[in-house]
Order: sequence, then C-alpha cells, then structure tokens
Amino acid sequence: MTENGTFEGTHPIANFYQDQGKHRGILAWILSTDHKRIGLLYLLLVLLFFSVAVFFGFLMRLKLMAPGFPLMKPQMYNAIFTLHGIIQIFLVVIPAIPAIFGNFFLPLQIGARDVAFPRLNLLSWWLYISGAIIVFLSLFTGGGPVDTGWTFYAPYSLRTMVNVPLAVFGVFILGLSSILTGINFVTTTHRLRAPGMHWFRLPLFVWGIYSTAWVQILATPVIGITLLLIMLERYLGIGVFDPAKGGDPILYQHLFWIYSHPAVYIMILPAMGVISEVIPVFSRKRIYGYKAIAFSSMAIASVGSLVWGHHMFVSGQSDLASLIFSLLTFLVAVPSAIKVFNWVATLYKGSIELKPPLLFALTFIFLFSIGGLTGLFQGALAVNMHLHDTYWIVGHFHYIIFGGMGFGFLAGLHYWFPKMFGRTYDCKKAVWAWVILFIGFNLLYFPMLILGWEGMPRRYYDYPPQFHTLHLLATIGSWILIAGLIWIFLNLFQGLRKGKEAGGNPWGGTTLEWQTPSPPPMENFERIPVVEKGPYEF
Amino acid sequence: MGTHQDDTGSKIGMWLFLLSEILLFGGLFILYSSYRYKNPIDFHLAAWELNRVLGTLNTLILITSSLTMALSIFFIQKGNRKLSALLLFVTLFLGGLFLGVKSVEWTAKIGHDLYPNSPRLLGRSGGEILFYGLYYSMTGLHGLHVLVGLLVLSVMLVLILKGKINENRFVPLENTGLYWHLVDMIWIFLFPLFYLIT
Repeated sequence: MTENGTFEGTHPIANFYQDQGKHRGILAWILSTDHKRIGLLYLLLVLLFFSVAVFFGFLMRLKLMAPGFPLMKPQMYNAIFTLHGIIQIFLVVIPAIPAIFGNFFLPLQIGARDVAFPRLNLLSWWLYISGAIIVFLSLFTGGGPVDTGWTFYAPYSLRTMVNVPLAVFGVFILGLSSILTGINFVTTTHRLRAPGMHWFRLPLFVWGIYSTAWVQILATPVIGITLLLIMLERYLGIGVFDPAKGGDPILYQHLFWIYSHPAVYIMILPAMGVISEVIPVFSRKRIYGYKAIAFSSMAIASVGSLVWGHHMFVSGQSDLASLIFSLLTFLVAVPSAIKVFNWVATLYKGSIELKPPLLFALTFIFLFSIGGLTGLFQGALAVNMHLHDTYWIVGHFHYIIFGGMGFGFLAGLHYWFPKMFGRTYDCKKAVWAWVILFIGFNLLYFPMLILGWEGMPRRYYDYPPQFHTLHLLATIGSWILIAGLIWIFLNLFQGLRKGKEAGGNPWGGTTLEWQTPSPPPMENFERIPVVEKGPYEF
Repeated sequence: MGTHQDDTGSKIGMWLFLLSEILLFGGLFILYSSYRYKNPIDFHLAAWELNRVLGTLNTLILITSSLTMALSIFFIQKGNRKLSALLLFVTLFLGGLFLGVKSVEWTAKIGHDLYPNSPRLLGRSGGEILFYGLYYSMTGLHGLHVLVGLLVLSVMLVLILKGKINENRFVPLENTGLYWHLVDMIWIFLFPLFYLIT
C-alpha cells in the first residue's frame, strides 16, 4: 500500500531500543519523548497495577467463598473492593489501550514520526505515575484506605473517616493526564497524517482512538471539578454536596456519571478499534462496512455521552428524565451492534487463520455481546428496579470491561507483540492459556448474573446460605482465571526472551505499522510513506 | 523530534485545552443554576451582600487587560517588540491588580465571618451556605487561573525581551492570549451571576 521505501539502504537501521538519544540507562526511558518508549512505559506500569488489582479481586472472592468465612473484617473488605475498583478503572482500564497501543501505534499507523506534542506526551506519563503514587499514598496516610467504592458517592465520602481527599486528588491528577493525552491524539490525527492518508484511509484503530480522545477531552474535566469539590468539602467544609448545608447529593451523582458513563466508552472504543484491525488481517479480507464502523465509533462517543442518568434510575431523578435516559441507552446499543454485524460479515467467506490474536478478538465479540445484551435489561426502567445494585450489575460490567476491553487488550497485545518487541511467542501455548482464561472467566462472572437475578446485593460482606453454591463457583472461577492470566503473560515473557525474530510483517498486515522493521527505528520510517490505497486491501 | 514547527497544530492543541477548561467550569455553572433554581430567595439575599463596586472595578480591570493582551500580539506581529513587551507588562500589572482587589474582597468577607464552615454562615439557611460555597469555589478557581496566567505571561515577557518571540515566531504568545481571554470571559459570566442578579 505504500512505496516500499522503508527497507532501502544497505546498512541495518538502529531500532528504537538501540537508539538512545542524549540520556543513558533508565533516564533514556523516563525522559524520552519517543512515543514508542512512552507506550512501553505505560505498558509496564499498567501491568504492575493490573496484578495488584487482580490480587485484591482474588482476596474479595476468597472472602465470599462461603457464608461467614472469616478471612477479613468488614472495614477491610470495603477497602479492598474500593481499591480493586479505583485501580482497575482509573489506573488500568482507562489508560490501557489509548496510552499503550494508542501511543505506540497511532503515529505508526498514520505514517508519522511521533505524536503532535512529544514533550506533553511525556508530561502525561509523569502525571500518570504521580497520580498513581498519590492514590497508593492515600492507603497509608490519614484515616487509611478509602471505603466508599470507586464512585466516591456523597454524602458518605464527605463523612467517612478514611483518607478520601488524597485518593480523590490522585484520581484528579490521573484525569489531567488523560485529558492531555486526548488533546495530543486529536491534534496528531488532524495534523500528522502521511501524504495521501485521508480520513477514510485511516485504519479503524485510529478511528477508535480518535473518538476516544474526544471523550477524554470533553468528559474528564467534569469529574475533575466534581472531585475538586469533594476535596474542598473535606478540607474547607464548603458544603456543595452536603445535605446538612443545603447541598444535593443527587447532583453529585449527576456530575460523577456525566464523566463516568462516557468513561466506559473510553474503555471500550479503543478495544473495538483493535478488533477491527485483527479481524480483516486474519480473515485476509477487506473489512466489511468500513465507513459504518468508523462512524459508529463517533456515534457511540456522542450518544454515549448522554446516557449517564441510567445509573440513577432509583436515586430519585424525575420519571421523565429516567424515560429519556432509558431511550438513549437503547439507542446507543445500535452503533455497537452495527460493529458486531460488520465484524461477523468480514469473517464470512474469508480465509480464516485462527491465530491467537483472532481467537482473542472472536472471544471479545462473544463476551461483549453477552455484556451488551445484559446491559439492555438494566436499561429497561421496570427491570432495573429489580436488578439495581445487585450482582447482576457486577456480572454485566465485568463482561463488558474484562470480556470486552480486557480481551480486546489481549488481542492487541498478541497482535502487535512482534512489532513492539521484534520477537514472536509460542502460539500453541497462547491458545491453551486462552482456553483456561475463557473457562475461568465464565465460571467467575456468569454465576454473578444469576446471583443478581436471585437478589444478591453487590458490595455485601456476607450472604445467606442459599447463595453459597453460586458464590463458590465464582470463587473457583477466579482461581482458574488467574491461572490463565499467569500462563498468558509467562508465555509472552518467554517470547520476549527466547522468541524467534519476527521480521517486519509476520501476520501479513496491510496497515503502515507493518511496513517498517520490527522493532521500528527511532523515527518510525526512514522516509515518510505515501499512501495510495485504503487500509485493508489484501 | 522534528525541527519544523506546526503553528496550526499548536493552536488546535490550545483550543482543545480551552474546551476542557470550559467543561471544568461548566460543572460549577451547572451546580450554580441548579441551586439558584431551588433557592431563589436565599441566593437573592446572599448576593445582596457582595460588593458591587469592587466587582465592577475588577471587571473593568480584566477587560482592559484583555485589550492590552490583544494589542501586545498585534505589535509583535508588526515587529515592534518593545511596544509588545510594554503592553504585556501592563497586562501583567492589571492581572495582579485584579487579584489584589479580589483579596481585599475576600478578606472583608472573612472579616465579617462569612467563610466556609464559619459559625455565622452555618447559622444561615441552606441556600445562603450554598451561595457562599459556590462564590468561594468559583471565584477561587478563577483566581487560580489568573495566577497561572500571570506566571505564563511572565515567561512570555522574558521570551520577548530575549527575542525568542518575534515577528516570525509568535504562536506561544497568541496561545497565551487565547488562554487569557478565556479567563476573562469566565469572569464576564461570574460577575453578573454573583454580583448583579439579585
């Protein structure tokens, strides 16, 4: 698809690992403005935080193995589910695909040498690690770890004795990092596309990252101000959400979800972008309905910003508001379904090669469909009365976030691994690890849907004996799931150390990142490519 | 990385940042309108206590500073670095003056025991507590933005004097101007909401 000018020259080009710049050692990484190095820095931290949060999840499930199981005190349990949520949402899931793959591959896929503002990009990473450190500091200072749930609902967050203000400040800093990344990506997409790379030749991953970046810019400031007000309340008693001072806690919920619902799309849109890359490559076929997929990303980003009230059907908002939010919630399912149909249609009559990336992508479609369809139940006003704040919700959003975004991330990791590290991994082991992960995942989260339907409330420390079997199944599932995760990452780690040289284009991909050596050289392309075709012409 | 400078890119970045700033303040404006709708009489009574003379004075100061800011950009484009630097200095001075007046106002209010969580304020109705809560958070956040603006303006002044900003390269100054005008515009909304509508 490009003039093959990138392999010209007789001398081998130094890749971005070898080409160090002016700093040495670790400084060559943490002061680097190279988008690829910054992407890998995020990868390292995200995996670290992910394992911490998984460990918290494991403890939670262990506690719930049997009724009355005396593993920890209730206060400890509250802190653990809160931390699991805060870390997974703000430190792992939101930055994962945009900050890791977006940083690494957005410039490569549009044929650029870097993002629009490389130094701002480095600042984003520093803000990210600072926010993370502040969140972790809040565990050991003030009144101890937060116990409010990741939502910090007022008035409880204003009254509880634990260290809410510091944790909230950490999340505020993380939000700032996210906004700056969004600004960088939108500007990059507008300004740095290679010659001939017009909008409908952009790979669909770029469309996913681009629409996500808009949500990051427009929604994140709202939670920023909300959290700032929580801090002002805690430190100065300013009283904006405190009912004792005339404040309205429902307004807190509105402002919180104005960001935090669109945040779900910050999580899922980039993952959908990854899936749209993997499916055409492994079915050797041009993607079906390119424009429909591109526009549905923008449609999800915009309509998805107007559905936040569906988190508040039982909070005391007006019936009319609930009705409108319910309608919009059903509407946002349409563009998501458009994507699913297009992916399936792309597979039809393709010459399918079931390599690990495609396996994870297909699993994404399956699990995301379960997550999406269970979401429609909650979107219906009457059914929501029954399901609100039950394990059904917990099951639903884990199918979306882990089954969707998590498996999308794993698909991307297995797809781009050879490009990022220049080596391949053992495909057979990856498939076996997938089998274990898939079994563990469903054993962990499917019983939660049934538990919720039967009336088990979420966030409870204990439960009556009638729920024992399903809770036990979920706990066993959590062990299998963790075994699968460990195997997946061990296999990748082994590939990193001993894997075969991958070569520039091991999967036969057609987008620009595959037209440069693996790992790519410092400024990506020896000569900026000229684009003459669409992204998926096989 | 690249040695070339993408002026349009810088400006797009700045506009996107301003958009996020508008949404940051937007949350507060939503709270203000919602609470005002719920407590019209309390808001009326509390607003009556604010000092309209100082508020008006500050509005004039800030609008004038926007003018000098715009003129500073105009003259750097024309290549008159000296005049540009002088006008930027006036902008800085006016920004400082604004914060000075603001602090006089806050000090007076605090002297009258009207500050968050003060016994006098807690003795009043919920709506009045909310009014003062919003007054302090909104004008406080705005004041913080003025302060940041002053820092950036000082850096720009140094860059002009050193000749790093000149008639060929003035996008950083233009972007600073955009930010300064936004801060000004937010005040133009804060002023009537707190001082004039009673």
